[in-house]
Amino acid sequence: MRYNINDLLSSILAFELFLRSGYGCGRGFSEDILQDIDGKICGQNDNIVFILLWHVIHLIVRVIYLAQEVLRAIESYLVTNGFVTTYQPLNLNRVKYLGIVIDSDEARQISEVIQLLDWLSAIGVKKVCLYDREGVLKKSKEVLVERFSSAKLSNEDSKIDPIFTKTQMQFEFVSISDGKEAVAKAANLLFNKYYLDGDTEKPFFTEADLSNALKTLGVVEPDPDLLFIYGPARCHLGFPAWRIRYTEIVHMGPLKHKKYGLILKAIHKYTKVKQNYGS
Amino acid sequence: MEGERPSGVIGRLLGGVNRTMRRLLFTFMSSGPIPQHIAFIMDGNRRFAKKWKLEEGAGHKAGFLALMSVLKYCYEVGVKYVTVYAFSLDNFNRRPDEVQYVMDIMHEKIEGFLKELDMVNRYGVRVLFIGDLNRLDEPVRVAAEKAMEATAKNTKTYLLVCVAYTSSHEIPRAIYEACQEKSGLALALNQNGNNIDGIVNVEDVNDVIKVVDLEKHMYMGVVPDPDILVRSSGETRLSNFLLWQSTNCLLYSPKALWPEMGFWQVVWGILKYQRSYYYLEKKKKQA
Repeated sequence: MRYNINDLLSSILAFELFLRSGYGCGRGFSEDILQDIDGKICGQNDNIVFILLWHVIHLIVRVIYLAQEVLRAIESYLVTNGFVTTYQPLNLNRVKYLGIVIDSDEARQISEVIQLLDWLSAIGVKKVCLYDREGVLKKSKEVLVERFSSAKLSNEDSKIDPIFTKTQMQFEFVSISDGKEAVAKAANLLFNKYYLDGDTEKPFFTEADLSNALKTLGVVEPDPDLLFIYGPARCHLGFPAWRIRYTEIVHMGPLKHKKYGLILKAIHKYTKVKQNYGS
Repeated sequence: MEGERPSGVIGRLLGGVNRTMRRLLFTFMSSGPIPQHIAFIMDGNRRFAKKWKLEEGAGHKAGFLALMSVLKYCYEVGVKYVTVYAFSLDNFNRRPDEVQYVMDIMHEKIEGFLKELDMVNRYGVRVLFIGDLNRLDEPVRVAAEKAMEATAKNTKTYLLVCVAYTSSHEIPRAIYEACQEKSGLALALNQNGNNIDGIVNVEDVNDVIKVVDLEKHMYMGVVPDPDILVRSSGETRLSNFLLWQSTNCLLYSPKALWPEMGFWQVVWGILKYQRSYYYLEKKKKQA
């Protein structure tokens, strides 16, 4: 009986590994599957049925996600090729500043990043804030700025309808050092200003004090209206905290599976959102 | 009368079956990683009331019942810290009668909670009210402080209720507290005769305050960062909640309005967390 259950568990884990690697969900995930196999097959007999059922549940969840991905791919195809016109024309006035968070490992595929920015340029987005935790995109700053700085760009590589001309784009490059570390630097600025001289009045700091201190450090860009996350999970990975108070955050999936139609859909959905800002 | 007794029995039987099935599912799910801390933005009470054509304020009452269920499921599955966004500093901009209504509900529920202290202490729940409590009405603030004091010794599970809270208030306040602490240290240095005139050495000035100092003084510095941040009613923004603490946190936005939230949303949230667990742990280690 024990032998049969172990056999079943290893078949399920092998199938899970196949699904994950086949779909290309990232190099790291095959490692955690192997960890599972190591940990669980050698686990105690009385837990093995529960572990088996846990893997079955997650297998079912994975199949549901795969089915969702297939539907999204079909939807994107229909939108990109004009069969579905619900999301056009786009009211881009509401998206004054688009933020994009990219997982640092995925950001190393600079051609994928360039293709994404090509699409955004074709849609008409003018100002983009690019964030990746480790600053990989900062290293490609010159390449990207130069490519998107001319007003009319050639469309040979683009699969987008050639009558669209790409828009000139402005970029801001942000990484983890512009997040919490920047607030610490601003805190030091405020400390120097008010606490070094023993006699000055020490005010209770407000949001305005923090904003001014950050402006002194060179942080002058506005808050993004909409934030796209390209990565395995819906997590903003340390994007500067004070800049996403009311930002709509949308998870777009892994960068290499980006879809033009879904970008249109996400922007369109954002233009329909009504915010109360708490009141 | 005769007809009521069988349905009472059937009701209890079904309830028992329901509870057993739930506990079984939670046991299967515990074979994988269970989040230590889940945070909830309780959004959608007013929309719920409008949807079901209820009187104003009934949405908040329904929301409270949903909160109790969600807390029960979280603690049953093994979550140690639960944070809820009960009232934002921005919510003070609402109509005064609505603000007063929410304050009255909070007061009523905290007083009700204080009456059940024995049971609460038996379960080991520690309650913390997070935010600028001075902005609350006097009776609510007093009741909140009493509740915090009464449960201070509990350590099994934690319930953090964010009232009069926004990250935009929390972060500058943490800077202020850190400055106060550091200036106290500078004064102490001064008294030891190492520096003159209360001025800290210029070389030391640049790095006086570090990120860890700020995190120590955050309202939420008493608990670990959340693993999942759930916002009900399908909205995808954080609305000034736990912005600093959500660096490596999975964001989940179920479409259900807050009073409709329950068992399946908690289960699905935890399953999503388990799917992303290794990726998020890798990101935490890289920090």
